[in-house]
Formats: sequence, structure tokens, C-alpha cells
Amino acid sequence: MKDRPALSDLTRRQTLAGLSIASMLPLTLSACARADGPDIAPDAPWDEVIAAARGQTVNWAAWAGDPKINAYIAWTGAVLRKRFDIAVRHIKTGDTANTVQTLLADKASGRAAGGRTDLVWINGENFNAARKAGLLWGPFAQRLPHWRLVDTEGKPATVSDFTIPIEGYESPWGMAQLTFFYDSARGTMPPRSVPAMLDWAAAHPGRMAYPAPPDFVGIAFVKQALLELITDRSVLYRPFADAEFAAHTRPLWAFLDALHPHLWRKGRAYPHDYRALRQLLEDREVDIAMSFNPSEAATAVAGGFLPPSSRSYILDGGTIQNCHFVAIPFNAAAKAAAMVTANFLLSPEAQARKADTKVWGDPTVLDPAKLSAEDRARFAALAAPQPIGGGEAKGLLEPHPSWQVKLAEAWRARYAS
Amino acid sequence: MKAGLTLSNVTIAIGTRHLAGPLSVHVRPGETLSLMGPSGSGKSSLIAHVSGVLDPAFTAGGSIMLDGAVLDGVPVERRRIGVLFQDDLLFAHMTVAENLAFAVPRAVNRHERWQRVQAALHEAELPGIAARRPETLSGGQRARVALMRALLAEPRALLLDEPFARLDMALRERIRAFTFATIASRGIPALLVTHDRKDVPGRLMEIGGEELV
Amino acid sequence: MITGAAYLSPGRNFRREPAAGKPRAQPAKRRLGSSGFALRYFPAGFAILLAGPIAIGLAGAALPAFGCHPALGPCRWSLAPWHALFGDPGFAPALRLTLFTGFGATFAAAAIAIGAVAALHDTSLFARIRLWLAPVLAVPFASFAAGLAFLAAPSGFVARLFSPWATGWDTPPDLLIVNDPRGLALLAALALKESLFLILMLIAAEGQTQASGALRTARTMGYGTMRGWMLTVLPQVYPQIRLPVYAVLAASLTSIDAAIVLGPAAPAPLAPLTLAWYGFFEEASQAKAAAAAFFQLVLALLAIGLWRVLELALTALARPILSCGVRQGFGEKALAALGTGGLAAALAATAGSALTLALWSVSGRWSWPDALPETFTLAMWSADASALPTLAGNTLALALSTSIAATLAAVLWLEGAPGSGTASGTARRQAIVYLPLLVPQISFLFGLQYLWNRLWIDGTFLAVALSHLLIVFPYVLLVLSEPYRALDPRIAITARTLGAGRMRTLLRIKLPLLARPLAIAAAVGFSVSTSLYLPTVFAGAGRVPTLTTEAVALASGADRRAAGMVGLVLTVLPFLALLAALAMPGRGARRARSIA
Repeated sequence: MKDRPALSDLTRRQTLAGLSIASMLPLTLSACARADGPDIAPDAPWDEVIAAARGQTVNWAAWAGDPKINAYIAWTGAVLRKRFDIAVRHIKTGDTANTVQTLLADKASGRAAGGRTDLVWINGENFNAARKAGLLWGPFAQRLPHWRLVDTEGKPATVSDFTIPIEGYESPWGMAQLTFFYDSARGTMPPRSVPAMLDWAAAHPGRMAYPAPPDFVGIAFVKQALLELITDRSVLYRPFADAEFAAHTRPLWAFLDALHPHLWRKGRAYPHDYRALRQLLEDREVDIAMSFNPSEAATAVAGGFLPPSSRSYILDGGTIQNCHFVAIPFNAAAKAAAMVTANFLLSPEAQARKADTKVWGDPTVLDPAKLSAEDRARFAALAAPQPIGGGEAKGLLEPHPSWQVKLAEAWRARYAS
Repeated sequence: MKAGLTLSNVTIAIGTRHLAGPLSVHVRPGETLSLMGPSGSGKSSLIAHVSGVLDPAFTAGGSIMLDGAVLDGVPVERRRIGVLFQDDLLFAHMTVAENLAFAVPRAVNRHERWQRVQAALHEAELPGIAARRPETLSGGQRARVALMRALLAEPRALLLDEPFARLDMALRERIRAFTFATIASRGIPALLVTHDRKDVPGRLMEIGGEELV
Repeated sequence: MITGAAYLSPGRNFRREPAAGKPRAQPAKRRLGSSGFALRYFPAGFAILLAGPIAIGLAGAALPAFGCHPALGPCRWSLAPWHALFGDPGFAPALRLTLFTGFGATFAAAAIAIGAVAALHDTSLFARIRLWLAPVLAVPFASFAAGLAFLAAPSGFVARLFSPWATGWDTPPDLLIVNDPRGLALLAALALKESLFLILMLIAAEGQTQASGALRTARTMGYGTMRGWMLTVLPQVYPQIRLPVYAVLAASLTSIDAAIVLGPAAPAPLAPLTLAWYGFFEEASQAKAAAAAFFQLVLALLAIGLWRVLELALTALARPILSCGVRQGFGEKALAALGTGGLAAALAATAGSALTLALWSVSGRWSWPDALPETFTLAMWSADASALPTLAGNTLALALSTSIAATLAAVLWLEGAPGSGTASGTARRQAIVYLPLLVPQISFLFGLQYLWNRLWIDGTFLAVALSHLLIVFPYVLLVLSEPYRALDPRIAITARTLGAGRMRTLLRIKLPLLARPLAIAAAVGFSVSTSLYLPTVFAGAGRVPTLTTEAVALASGADRRAAGMVGLVLTVLPFLALLAALAMPGRGARRARSIA
């Protein structure tokens, strides 16, 4: 007999308590609002920044679709904790636009401090929108000690994000360039320009594909085609004008209309993103893949996703190049630590590690000429991080962000309806 | 104070349809009053009403008194009225002893509780089944355990809703005798709903009709 | 129930009508005790608690759809978002696709479920399949779809097994199987997965009717098993699976995770398209997304209405068949084939996808046309598994807290709510709690986001758990209601006449007798929580990653080995929960059922 007196009173209370504890206790713990760190000005002396950053936690909102990148972010967290007593928490996002939206909501409800994001991985359209809405804090980028190592001249994308001047509101992190890759063992020579793709695809039906816009690689391919086919490139570096849009894009649509019947699945289906496209290459469903990371092929070989005979190349006329950045939200609670983090990300040590194809393979934003001999050696030691194959890795600048939105919309209207 | 169970002008209806009553009767301590009537005449509803578990879809009128106290509004667990159904409804997840101990009033201490359980098993001539599960018992054993369980709750009245209907003829005779004898010896009033005239131990009442004897 | 018509059914409020003209004891005077009080008012209170967030969520989707974006400033009422939505070139094809896959999948799932139960009813094979149904059902859609995609793709497992030696394919054929523009792959996957859920619900509903008896009677009159079941049992059980069928319809029309993995990308169905618009940073695009989200609410409700009309039409058409006297026919042979074939395919696809995920998680290079990986490696499990504890921890914490809370709430709900639901207030409350099953998630999660943001808890575990609870609770209630009501009410009455109060009766008698159904309900809640994608993404804002969000992120292409690992863990967790539930001693419950 396990009966006890007054059991029903006891158990009633237990039940009610159980209900609330089971569902609420672990939850409420995490719901506490964050306290602000000491306030810091963007132009504070660096040793003050370092001092203020101690003990802070940086909530870093970063796209988390790639395990390699996640592992790299975890590594920076480990280093920052050891050297600067800064904790880094990776807020894994699927889409940076969502982060910008949350900031917008914060702004609208007057939440000027105690924000839950301290650092955000951003570029292009999201930066443009965030900047216009006053969601970013700064200017801080030029005040970072490692800023002077950035290759602002050789890589103009580090200061001009999709034609928008960064004005110190974001700090460059890595370079990206539209890069194609293939398996040289299959004996096909891939096309080296956009117009050549049409002939190649006609000769090899079903062996080529690109991700469906608005995927960022898919839209990059469309922009690349437009850059090569348009008569006057300069219009792409201004906000687009409705009246001219049709005329400027006519050659693009003519090209795509002709290309699509020769694509994978006759253009009736598209891979979701570049990683799906890479998988198609590995599965021998297609013979060409593309990525924004010039080291994608080398990294995939190192990771066992692609055969060692894989090669990557840039189109002869150059391909779109851009830069990705980190920015600090206007209501970040740990601005000092965010600055220290951004600065560490610019360090030769962190940049060299990032460029390593065994780690991530993301090209550096730094200028080798500005580095010490010792730091240059770090980069020299890396296994072939640069594109393999002829020609220079010639970069084309990103068009104005307004084009991206309009092109994606127009593409969907033509091919996804 | 008048000992026993008293119904005065009790009526049962569902919606606007009249089911039973008005019914006025007094059941003396130790007496078993039998209720008979065709299906749907409200016998089971009457039992439910007296025990305090009438479905809200039904309406009841009149009043019920037990040992001189009005029962209306008293929650079922405080009425101290035992009910036996056609099925014994032993709790399947408990042993026989646990079933019985469940019924012993809560103020009773552990030691005393066990003694009462043992005494009940002895009285019902059910030695050695204390640790068994209900589903391992025979029909007769189960019926007796159910009765003893109802009695261990120290009821002031007992309601029997065709408790013998499921038993075979031979068993029925024995259980019936045992039940009525026990009720008489405890001196509690009982209401018996039945379809079988052989079940009737004493006074009989036709529901909706006249009191016969 | 034999004589119990007049007895208080389980959970009936302890209340009687005073006799006309003779007002007597008022309910307030009754010594109910605080436990009775809590039980009595719980359903109403809880319904409000659930209704609040849903109402705010729906409003949050409706307002921006009409130009009022509370977070972005003052309202400027307009129909511009609707013009943008209907004017979008992708809208019409997306709508066609959505209707085709949604209705097609629901119709196929219902046909498979009915055909399988009718054909296999009372066979020993079915008894064995029944045991495995619940755990198989627990496999989340994300991992099911990912596994299925690899099985069926032209370069997939099946093709590799036969290539190139049998097929002659040196390279994978350029066939549109997965992500086909008509959404057939999506439709098939939805149909297979949802048919398992409907079979489970059908079996539960059968338990409430005298199915076997009716069927036996029909068979003694010379009706075939199949036709006998269709004519005598189906009309009894269908009303009870109507709600699950509507839930399947609403879910199929607005599925996200399956559509991302198996559906076409261009054009995409409405739900993923809405998500894409939402992800596009531009106010017009945002407003269009809100209009689309609200539109899907209307669409789901219209679809359910249309389904009801179809039901009535079918019933009217089928009525003459009831009495035409035909003992056996061709139609049921086709349905039986569809049902058994569908069930077999669903089970095989689940097993196959789980196996594929397991294989990928330990594979090295694995290129076409190798049927097995060239090399095996545990690298994925050792190196890239660093995030796994966090993911699994979040998933477990969410699933445990929400399934326990939902089960407790469901018990209190069933205790407090009248059994047969005659009162209109009860019907309203029922409608409210089941609302999250019928309303597309995408149409109230947008608005819910604003609520969490306002409460300053967006991106916290609390917000995610509360969002999960909204959806987990109705499923748990759905599973628990039937066994709860099947428990003979006289058992509880007996306990109370023995002097036990409501709470003691609940804790000592009813809950132990219902231990197994309770465990199964909790396990179903657990698996629902583990499989939730959209609520986690929205309320969590990326801060509360779970195995499912990771699986969907990885499954749409990308890294198959990571997807395999995450999908495998995701499959195993709810599977274990359900096995644990099934291992609960069921004797008490069975005994209680056999009495009833």
C-alpha cells in the first residue's frame, strides 16, 4: 500500500506545479532580457574598446547553410574567448533578411538598446536596406586596427558593396567571385563565355544547370549573362529605370529563351541552390557547376564531395566579384566586443585560415603587399586557394542592388509561371 | 431523525419527456427494496440520481434524505452511498487487496486498513486471493470482491443496479443470498434494480406504477 | 455502455438542473473543492490561452495584407498587397500547383488509408503492421523527404542499383522524377506519409464502433470483407476521421518542408513562394507575402468546405449501393490494391529513406553509378557532429516540455470538458483548440512573430515552445480523446462512490488505467514537436536551431552526409519515444476497454 494521508491535496499541488515547471521553468530562464554592456563610441581609443569588450557575449547572426563555415565561426569564438575574454554565440540564420526585419521591428518599437544581435553577416541588398533604415551602427570599420591591411584598391568591392559605399558601416570579411567548375576526367571542355554556353549546351543537352533565382548564385548567373550581353554596362551601375528595363534586358531574355531547352530537365526544373548543383555534378547529372566561392571545387575535393580531377575556372571576360561583410546593429548590446570580433576577422591569422581550402577556402580581403613577411608566409603555405586554369581572375563589379530585385522578379515572371 | 433512505416526490425527466415518478418511498436500515419496470422506465436514472451522478442532460425533482439529512447538492464522494453495477468494475490495475484498501476511509491508519481488508476477504470466504489481479478471478469471486469493496467504504446506503444479471444461474443463487444476508447484517438500506422476480427479497416497487407489496 | 446512459460521462461537469419551480441547492453551495473548481474552469481558460495567440497571429497576417504594418509605422490601408499578389505572374501557376498537390495528396491518402484498412481488416498481418505504424509515423517529414529524394532521383539509389549493367545508363537519365514541375513527387510523398496518419486515426475510430461485429454480420450475409467493411463500418468511422482528414488537407495545401525538398522550384507552390517573398527584403514583397499568407488561410477554409461538399455528394451517390445487394464488385478490388500497395509503399519508403540516411551519414565519396559508397568514414560523426548535441538538446528539450505540457493539458481538458459536447460553448471551445490543425501554419506564424517580438521573447526557447504547444496540443488531444472517452464512466463513478474525490479518482484510477494511451499521446506529441519546421524557424529566428531546421536546411541539396546524419538522429529520437510508449504495460487499459 502506497497510500498516504492527504494525498489528494499533495498530488493536486504537485500536478499544478508539475504542469507549470515542466513547461515553463526551462523556458523562462532563457527569456531574460539582456543587459547592455558599457556604452562605447565608434571612435573610442582601441585599448578602451578592448577593455570594454572583456566578458561580453557577441551574438553573431550568420547564414548557417554550410557546415564548413559554421565550424570556422566556432573557431573564431574559441580564439576570442581565450585572447579577449569574449564569448561568441552563432545565431544560425537561413536568411539575413530576417535579421534585418527583426532590427526594423526593434527600431519601430523604440528598442534602441539591449538588442539581441551584436554582429551580422551582411552584404548587397540587405546592407542597402539596413543602411537606408538606419539600422546599423558606425562608422566603425576604418577605425579597426587591421583596416589598413585591406586591399581597397585591388579589390574595390571591399569599399563599394553592390555600388553602395560602405562608409564605415560594415567591415569586409571575405571575397567572392562567380566561379565555374567541372570534372576534367569526363573529357568535356566547358564554355569560357556566356555566349559560348549556348553552343556548348546545344551540343551537350541536359548537362548544364543553374540554381533558380532568387537564389543568390542563380541570380548571379543571370547578372553575369546580362553583363556580358548588354551593350552599355554602365547603366547597370545606376538604379534601374523602369522605362529602359525591357530594352536593356532584351538580349538577356533572348539568350535564356534559347538556352533553357538545352538545360538539365529541359529547363523545367532547377536546383534549389549551388550546393544542390554541386551534388548534381557529383551525381553525374550535369557536367558544370558554379559557386560564389572560387575555392569551392578545391574545398569539395578536400571534403570528398568531388573527385580530385575537378577543376575550376573563371570566364575569359571575367566574372562578378563581390565582398561580404560584418556589420554592427544600431541597438547591439556588445558593440565593443563586436568591434574586437570584426577586427580579429580581418587579422592575417583569421584571414589565412579562412582562405585554407581545408577549412573554408574563402578568399582574403587583405592586400598581400601590406602584410609582413611572416604573414605573407601564412598565405603562401596554403594549398592552391586561387582558381585553377587560364587567364587572370578578372573581377566584374556587382550591379546596383535594385537590378538584382527586378531581375529576379522578371526571371520568375518568365520562367517560373 | 428517521434512519434509512427516503425519497419524496422524486421525478426524473429528460428534456420535456417525463421518465419516472413522482416517487415517494422509505427504505428502512437493513431492508432491500426492489425496483422493477420495463426498459427505459428510468430505473437506472433513479439510481444515478440517488448516488449523485445523474447526467446533466436529465432533470430531477423532489428530494432525497439519508438518515434524516438532505442529500441534494452533496458531491458523490461525500454521500457515502455505495453502488454495485451489472459489471463488478474492479480496478484492473490493482490487486484484490489494493481494490479493497482503496475503499477503506482515508482516516484509517495503515495497519488497521490491512486488518479490514483481511477481515473482508475472510467474511466473503475468499482466502489467498489478496495479491491476485482481478482478471485472474472467477465470476463469483469477483462479484464478492466488488460487494466487499463497496462495504469497506462504510456506506450508509447501497444501490444495486442489476448486479446479478451477468452471473450464471447456480452462482446467482449463492451471490444473491450472500449479498442480502450481508446487507441485513450491516443494517443499511438498499435499493435493488432488477428484471428478475427471483431476485426480489422483500418489498417490490414497479417504477411508474403502484407499490405492490 | 450498457446501463450508463443516465450516468455522468467522464469529465461531465458535476451539475444538475434544479427541478422546475423548485429552486434548490445552488451549484455554488456545493463543496466541490478547489480541485473540482480547477478542473471545471480549465477548458475555458485554456481555450482562451490558445485562442489568444492564434487570433493575434491571424490578425498579424491580415493587417499587413491590407497595408497596415504595425511594426513599420502608421497604417496606410490599401489593397495594394492583393493587387501585387494576384498580379504576380507566379501566383496562378503556384495556386494551380498547390490545389493539385493538396487535393491530390489528401484524396490519395484517404483512399490508401480506407483501402488498406478495409482490405486488411482482421488479418494477422494487419495486427503486426499496426504495431509499427505509430513509430513509422513518427519519422519527420524532412528526413522522410530527403531519403525519398535520394531513393527516387534519376541518379538515386534505385537507379544506381541497376546501372549501368541493366539500364545501360552511363550517366543518369535526364528524367524529371523529383522536383517535377507538376508536383507529382511532392503529391506522392505527401500521400504516402499522410496515409499512415489516417490509418492510425481510422484504427482508433474503429475502436469506438462495433466494427468487427458489423463486419461479421455483413459477411454472414455473403458480402466480401472489403465491401462489407465499406458498407457497414466506413459510414460509422468516417465522421470520426473527418477532422484528421481536414487537417491533412490543410497541411498538404500548405506544406513547406516537403515542398522545399521534393516540390518544384520554378514555379514553387504557394507556401514556399510565400516564404521566398518574406525573405526578400522589400516592403512591397513583405506585404505580398502577408497577403499570400492570409490568402492561404482563406484557401484552406474554402478547401475544407469544398471537401465537405464532395463528401455529401459522394454519400448521396453511394447511398443506392448500400441497398443494391451486390456482394462483391470490381471497385473495391481496385481500392484494395491501391490501399495495400500504398501502405506497402509508405512503409517501404520510410524504411528505405531511413536506411539511405544511415548510409549517407557514414559514406565517403559516393558517386554515380556506385550503389554503395566507395569508402566509409565516421568523419561526419566525429568532426562535423559538434553542433549535434546542441541540435539534439534543443529538439529534445522542446519535444519533452511541449509533449508533457500538452498531455497534462489534454487530461485536464478532457476532465473538464463535457463528454458528448451538446453545449454550443463546448463546440466552440473544441473548434478553437483544433484550429491550429486546420489553419495553415504559415498564415498565423507571421503574426505570431509580432506577438513574440512585442513580448520581447522572439528568438527564445520560450517563444518556440509556446508556438510548438499550439500545434502539439490538438494532436495530443486528438489521440487521447478516443481512449479517454472509451473508458467506462462507471469505473470512475464506482471510485467516487467509494469516497474518492475527483482528483484522487483521476490520479489513482483513471490515469493508471489510461497509462498506455497517455504514453502514446505524449509520444505523438513528442514526434509532432520534433517535426515542426516553420514554427521553429519563425519563433526561433534562427536562435533555437533544432534537428528539423538543420535537416531542412541541409536536405534541399547540399551536403548529403550531414543531411544523413541529422536526418538519422531526427528519425531515431521520436522512434525511440514511441517504442518507449508502446512498451508501457497495456494490461490495465486493455482490461478497461474490454469492460466498456
